[in-house]
This record gives sequence, C-alpha cells and structure tokens, in this order.
Amino acid sequence: MKDIQEHPILTIPERKKISFTFNGVPLMGYEGIVISSNLFLNGIKIFGHHEKDNSPQGIFCCMGQCSQCMVLVNGQAMKSCMTPLKEGMQIESCEGLPELPARDSPRETQQIEILKVNTLIIGAGPSGLSAAKTLGEKGVEILLIDDKDRVGGKLVLQTHKFFGSQEDVYAGKRGIEIADILGDQVKILESVRIWLNSTAVGLFSDGFVGILKDHDTYVLVKPENLLIATGAREKMLVFPGNTLPGVYGAGAFQVLVNRDLVKPAEQVFIVGGGNVGLIAGYHAIQAGIEVIGLIEALPQCGGYKVHEEKLRRLGVPIYTSYTIVSANGKNRVESITIGKIDENWMLIPGTERTYKCDTILIAVGLNPVDEFYTKAKEYGYSVWICGDAQEIAEASAAIFTGRIEAIKILNKMGVDISDCDELTYLEQKATIMKTHPPSPTEFACPDKEEGIFPVFHCTQEIPCNPCTTVCPQGQIHTINDAIDKLPYFKGEKECIGCGACVAVCPGLAITLVDYRRDPQNPHVTFPMELTEEKIKKGSTIIVASEDGNLGKYDVIHSRILPQFPKTHLVTVQLPANIAKLATAIKLVPKKQTTIEPIDLYKSERIEDDEIVCRCERVTAATVRMWIRKGVKDFNELKGLTRVGMGSCQGKTCIPIIMRIFRDEGVPIDEVTENTIRPLYMEVPLGTFAGVKREDENT
Amino acid sequence: MTFYDVIIVGAGSIGTPTAMALANAGVKTLVVDKLPSVAQGDNKHAIGGIRATHSQKSKILVCQRSLEIFSTWEELYGDDIWWVEGGYSFVARSVEHERLLRETVEIQKEYGLNISFLDAEQIQELIPGINPIGLHGGTYSPEDGNASPLYSVHAFYDNATRNGAEFKFKEQVKNILTKNRHVVGVRTDKADYQASFVINAAGGNGKEIAKMVDVNVPLEPESHEAGITEGVKYFLRPMVVDIQPGTDPTFGNSKNYYFYQNKFGKIIFCITPNPSVKGKDRTETSFFLPQIAKRMVDLMPRLSNIKVRRQWRGLYPMTPDGIPIVGTVKNIAGYINAVGMCGQGFMLGPGLGEVLCRLVEKKITSQDKEILKEFSLYRDFGSEEKLK
Repeated sequence: MKDIQEHPILTIPERKKISFTFNGVPLMGYEGIVISSNLFLNGIKIFGHHEKDNSPQGIFCCMGQCSQCMVLVNGQAMKSCMTPLKEGMQIESCEGLPELPARDSPRETQQIEILKVNTLIIGAGPSGLSAAKTLGEKGVEILLIDDKDRVGGKLVLQTHKFFGSQEDVYAGKRGIEIADILGDQVKILESVRIWLNSTAVGLFSDGFVGILKDHDTYVLVKPENLLIATGAREKMLVFPGNTLPGVYGAGAFQVLVNRDLVKPAEQVFIVGGGNVGLIAGYHAIQAGIEVIGLIEALPQCGGYKVHEEKLRRLGVPIYTSYTIVSANGKNRVESITIGKIDENWMLIPGTERTYKCDTILIAVGLNPVDEFYTKAKEYGYSVWICGDAQEIAEASAAIFTGRIEAIKILNKMGVDISDCDELTYLEQKATIMKTHPPSPTEFACPDKEEGIFPVFHCTQEIPCNPCTTVCPQGQIHTINDAIDKLPYFKGEKECIGCGACVAVCPGLAITLVDYRRDPQNPHVTFPMELTEEKIKKGSTIIVASEDGNLGKYDVIHSRILPQFPKTHLVTVQLPANIAKLATAIKLVPKKQTTIEPIDLYKSERIEDDEIVCRCERVTAATVRMWIRKGVKDFNELKGLTRVGMGSCQGKTCIPIIMRIFRDEGVPIDEVTENTIRPLYMEVPLGTFAGVKREDENT
Repeated sequence: MTFYDVIIVGAGSIGTPTAMALANAGVKTLVVDKLPSVAQGDNKHAIGGIRATHSQKSKILVCQRSLEIFSTWEELYGDDIWWVEGGYSFVARSVEHERLLRETVEIQKEYGLNISFLDAEQIQELIPGINPIGLHGGTYSPEDGNASPLYSVHAFYDNATRNGAEFKFKEQVKNILTKNRHVVGVRTDKADYQASFVINAAGGNGKEIAKMVDVNVPLEPESHEAGITEGVKYFLRPMVVDIQPGTDPTFGNSKNYYFYQNKFGKIIFCITPNPSVKGKDRTETSFFLPQIAKRMVDLMPRLSNIKVRRQWRGLYPMTPDGIPIVGTVKNIAGYINAVGMCGQGFMLGPGLGEVLCRLVEKKITSQDKEILKEFSLYRDFGSEEKLK
C-alpha cells in the first residue's frame, strides 16, 4: 500500500487494516480514514467518469465541497473524501449519473432540533478558536462548529514551524502543535460547545443557520450573534488538461499526505511560488515524494524567501516567469508542459518543456470563503467575520483578527472589555502580521571571527521573532525591537551556544558559528528536520550556501533539544572562509537524480478542452463565446451554459469566470453578480426529514 | 423618440413568447425589463412543469397550444429546451381525493384531454418506489411534460430578436404615456418610447404597472419555495402531484407539493404552504426543506437518499379565482393586461403570446374570444377552479 511509513515530523499511528472491494476487486485499507485516501493507498486515482463527456473523475477539493470524488458505496452515491471506510464496504466507480437505489421501505423520521444560542462561530481554525477563547473566557455561550473531525482548521495539516511572535501566536511551533494549543485553551471553557464534523449548509432569511451535525443530523440554530471564521479556498487555473485526475490543489495534497499519511504521488510538479506552493513542496519531500519542479508566473516567488531557499537547497528547480501550458495524459496526469512568459504574460514560443510527473499541484492563491457573511449581512444578522474569510493572510494574523472580532462582539453585548487588549493595539499587530514582507536584502555577514555567536541568514523582513524570546542570555534582538525587522546578536553578554535560536527559527535560517576550539576550522551548527533517523557523529552530509553546494563534510556532533523534539542540531567543522556563509545542510541523496525534460506531449488535443466549470464540464471557449455575444449577467450565463449550477455551487468557477469577463474587456462593475443560494453543500433529502443515515449506506 | 407598434413590460415567461409571436407576425415590438437580462424575474424560479390538464377551459386551450410549441421546438428550431413528455400524475391518498380526481378526470376528458384515472397498482408501476400504503390510485396525463424555463425562454428570446423584436434591459418603466384615453408609449428611467399598444406582462409587479393607467387588477403575489437535487439516472417519468394536505406543527402546514425528474436526472420540487405566504419576499427560509422533505420521503422513501443541491423562492401572482387576467381594459385603449398567471406563466406563455398577438393585430378567432372572455378583468371573480 502506498502509505507513508516514516515521516520526520509526524508520528505514524497504529491503524487497523480492513478489507473492502473496489469494482469487485478485494483490497485492503485503513479503518476510519476516508474512502478516497484508501483508494489512493491502493493506487486508484480514477473514481469514475463524468456523465456529460465521460471524462475521468478523481480527487479535487478533498473537503466535501465538490462532487468529483463521488463513488458508489454499497450502491449509494457518496463523496469518497467525506466517508470513512468500514469493513466489507463494496465500492464502485461512479460511471455517469449514479442510480438512486430502490430502497423503498418507509423511513422513520425524527423531529428536527431547533436551537437558540448566543454566539455561533462557524469554523474552528486559528481565528475561530482564538475568538472562542476570548468570548468563552467572558462566559459567553458559544457554539463552535467545524466540518472537520478535529479543531485547528488548516493548522492541522501544517508540519512546518510558524512565523510571528511567540507570546501572541506561538511562533516557532509547528502548525499541528499550535492547533492543539489553541484547541486545548478552548476545550476547557465551560460556556463553549464544540461540534465537530458539523457543516453549516444554509443561512436563511428567518435567522436560522442550518447545520449538518455529525455528517447526518440536521439542526436549525438561531444565533444572536454570528461569527464567520470559514477560512479560504484555493483558486483554480484554466489550462488544457486542468481536470485530469492528478491535478488538484495543494490543500487536497496536504490532506492526503499530512492528515491521512497517504503517499499520493511519486513525482509532483507545483504550480505557484507563494507560501502555499513552497510549503507543499517541502511537505512532499518530507513524505518522500520527489518534487520535479515549481513554476511561478511572476519574476520572483511570492512566498517567503526562507521557504523558497529550503526547497532550492533540496535541489528542487524553481522556474520563475513560467506558466503551465498543459497537463498531459490520457486518463490521468502523465506529464506537464511548461513555458516561459514575457512581460505581457504571453507564452514565448519555443520555450515549452515537458516533464514527467504524476501529480500537478495548483497553488495559485486563495479566495476568502465569505458567502455566509454576504448572505448574513443581506438578511440582517448580527454578524462578524475574521481570519482568512475576512482577508487572506497568515495564521498569525487570523489569531489576531479572531480576538479583535470577539472583542467587538463583547462590546456590542455590553460586556465589560476594559481588561481586554485595546482594539487599536490589536489591529496594529494584525496589520503587521498581514503585511506582505518586502523583497529580501543582501546577507549581512558579521565581521567577527572569534568566540561563539549565531549567524542570521534571515534576509527578509517577515513579522517574526521567536529567536529573540528563546535566547537565555537575552542577546538576540530585532532592529528597534520591531517584530517586522531583521534580527541581530547584541553581544553584551556571551552566547552560551545552547542552540535554541537555531532550533526555533521557522525559516531554518540561523546557524551557530563557534571559533573557540579551532579558529581556522570553526564548528558550525545547523538545524535539520528532514529525517527521522538519528544523525550520527561521523556521517557525511552536504553543506550548502545560498549559491549552491559547498561540499561534503563529516558530522562531529548531533543533538536534539528536548523542547524542539523534531529538529536536529547538527554540527560540522568548516573552513573559516565558508563557515559564516554556509546556510544549511542536507543528507547525501541515496540516488542522484537529474531532472530532464522529455519529448513534448504529442497526443492529439481536443480544441478548447480548458474546463472552467468542472461540475458541468463547461469550457472556457463556451463562456467566452457568450461573453462576446454580449452576456454581462452572470445569472444569464448560468442559465445558458450551466456554469456554477453544479454540485460545488460555483465555488471553483465563479472567480475564474470573473477573470474571463475581465480578460474579454468587460468592466467588472458592469457584470451582474451571480445569485448565491443555499445549500452550500449537497445534503440528502432524508436528512431534512430527520431520517438517520441508514446503516445499509454507510 | 423611437416608435414601436407594441411595447411589452417584462421580459419573462409571458413577455418573451409574446414578443416572439409579435415579431414573427412582423409587428415592431419593444420589450422593457428592469432586470439585467431575459427571464431574470420569476421565470427562472418556475420548476418547469407544462400541462394542458387543467379544469378550466381557457387554460386548457392556451396550454394545449403551449404544449405544441414546447414539444416541437427542438425539431423546428434546433434548440434543446430540455422538453420531456413525461406526463403528470396527481396521486390520491384518500377516498375523498380519489373521488375528487375521478370527477375532474371526467370533466377533463370532456374537453378532449388525454387523461385517465389509474388504480394503485398502475400508479406504482408509473411512479417507481411510491409508498403503497394508503395509495388510492391517481390520474395520469401522458401528453403533459416539462422543460427548462430558462432554456425555453432564452430560445424564445433568440427567436424574437432574430425576427426583429428589441429588448431593453436594466431599464425600468416609470409611466405609461396616454393621450385622450389612448396609450401612446412608455416612459422609462432612461427614455421615452412611442407605441400604440402596451402589454403589461410584469408578473409579480403587474398590479403596479396597471396602476399607471389607473387600472386596478385584483392581483396579490404570494411566494412558494422550490428546490433541486443532484442528478441521478432517469427513473421517474411524470410530474408527481400530491394533493393530500400536510400538517406540521413545527415547520408549518401545507397544501399540495409536486416534483419531477428533469432531462438531466435532477429532481425539482415545490410546495404550497398553508396558509399562503403573501408578498414579494423571495428570500430562502429554513422551514422549507424540513417541511417538504418529510412529505416527499413519506410518499417516496427512496428519495431520502438523493442529495439536495439548491433551494429558492419565487412569486405566484395570484388572482382571486386562480385564473389569469388577460385582455384590453375599458377606460384606456391600447393597454392590455397579461398578468395574474398564478404560478403558471411558464406553461401559459407561448400559447398566450399568440392570442395576444392576434389581439393586437385584430385577428382574434372565436376561440380567442372565448379565452379572453374567461380571462377578462370584468368577470365574476367569485368562482374558483376545481383543481388548481
């Protein structure tokens, strides 16, 4: 099975193996994890074929929002990414429209529960949790719901260390750890009720929010106050082959790899050089998946320099000013064709190159999930919004905006907030966290060549300062002690060589240089987190600088600090001329691979096979044709082409179509916006009648 | 100022096919609608049922012609409007309803309609998975059917514009211009247009438009909610109508509800609340799905597993007797009502459009005369249709 057997950060749990069948073939899988992940474990990536054009279907959103992953479970069509595997399940691929099983025995129905709450928070990610904490500490009655099986939102998928400040947002800790910390703070609060596996599916004009609780029970909740903390969803791109199984978002990839510990790919190619793409690349390597390359359409990657450097050092080619020309393959991704673009974003002919890969991750940015907020405003709810739903930014910013909106709610309720932080102070901090850092500066190499001190390879003003708080000597400061300035070593007191700053740095950008034993060949200590095996004295590693490899050296010492259990501190002895320039180390690869382009994909391509609406299989050409005929009303376009009428309710295609309007020269303010209606996710009719999900189905 | 023969207020279920009929007859026609494109009022809220099997003669006559237009459209013009000749079936779940339906069928047969009363067993065959408990049979009219309101009206719109009809969107009619008790045009928020006829096809806003010429139409919009599911393999032919009243102390009582499976496998459903919900509010309520789901799952348990995708709410511009108000008025020449469709505008539209065209052209037939008499504003509104 294609599961992840070892992982440098995540602990591999004991999982119960059970049997099931797919299209009659007996297979083994893990109980409790979702069907889609179990199919991937067995190398199955095509889950069915679309009724309109027989195109292969597979994983796309991996969070229950679309229906691409539909399979038949004991005869009943279900979303495989939301349905946990059970012993003996008979699973079939969904070929065309599924049949509605003839289950004609009368159903027992139960009364739908109606509930009133003071404050309903939708989303238990960083912003929702931080809001729940602030409100809950004041004793406000809260219902906090989340569609996942654990709190933390996207934090639970993040194995890397986070930026920000330690005291406010737990910087230096990994996302998975921050999720636990925030969750634990909320779980102890008496006035906070948490419903997991519970999705808000409708927000109605009569003040009720419809919630699908525990995946199968419908509850109507009437909140006095509503806080939207629903996070973000990924943007999609339009290119030929964009709906082939194997093309999906970085978020889905993280679910497969970091939540379900599935190895969904052998070779991935990443589209997008923002933090999400860069981090996905790092996660892939942690999971033992080869990253063939990463492209970014802009001349530089938009993500943090330190994230980019981590990938470059590991040998991932990063191509800037490149775009994806096509995803190629018959039934699934077999290769990617990329090409260079000029300053007008036009492909430069002759620059196309094709690389073999089995997965293409799209990481071209996020859109806020704000439709609940829009609807709630329209219907006169007492409503607030925080986190990525309010504005796309880092989790650290979300933690602040959650607190800010919570204080606003308290204020509206007339609760005494004099002991809370000043809103202006919090807003200032949130603004700093949201600010996109400036371009990196030159590395400022310290002149000193004696004693022991940290060297900061941190050249970008990211709002981050855990290094300043962990130094037991209090000698690390940022310029003017501002969180968004670069750190330096003050040197009023001696560095004791504890290594805490090296271990805590989320960018892995601090080394420790020690001239005391041998000034000509100082000891240099690096952080290392890509292996589980203990790095022994005497083993050989590769030392790298920003400009490339500096050669192989022997490890003279390796340790792990108890407070940073997954980060090795590895010491090597380097010649003085390179000691301060060396930024990182890496393991000597077991096999040397060079990534070479292959012949261009030659198979005949259907014209206009760029899909805009994947649910209804509408091409970009069709949408363009109607726009050129003068359609400016999105609702008319829906009626004409079916875009946005599919199971995902336009979540993916609406932003793409707005882009097409813009590209076609239609001013966006002349376009009539699409009317959004409940439900936000498909729900079985019986659920509204109070029918419990039948055992025969699950 | 631009000159037209006819100006139609409203580019919806009635206005659009009327413009098509007029344009095809060479009448210079303008349609004005305040919304941004065709069929954006309540046409798109219609669920798409089309039947001639009413129990009132004029509606039958008009809808028979509509059915002809819908069912031959693709053949004649090539557009797929999702027409399916699936029929209608009103099911009886009590002795009383069996009697009522049997009686109605007899009247409908007299009008020459293809309809019969089937016993419980035949209904079970017709409607796979229907709950046999308490089933007393039901009607079946195989020549009725369904089509996509949006696609149909868009096809009518294309045809109308190809034949010279003009449409102005995002333009609101502010006044109907008259001279010596004769219509001379309309004033919108953007311009004045001259015409000797103005047809009020403004749906839920019909009363307000009529007021512009001091005509009072007894019209009160009420709202019904509807929903649509995911697509599943085609298994259900007819539009199923359950006329058994529903009692629900939590989510509200209801009269009938109905559903059918469209050409692409989706089940579309709608309910009539009791008491009716007056007004023009089109926002979605939380009670609709629990209310109708219970009834549908009870009638057809297998529907428990189909996933609901979307819900919406649309207006039924109601008249006191459930019959449209169509035709000229006494005090203003050139003004024509085409309002009060009571939620049946989509199925009445194409047939009615032709009647209105003949009315404008002064070519009405004896049958048209009969229709216009029954649809007259000056009729006695006291009697109600047997089975609306």
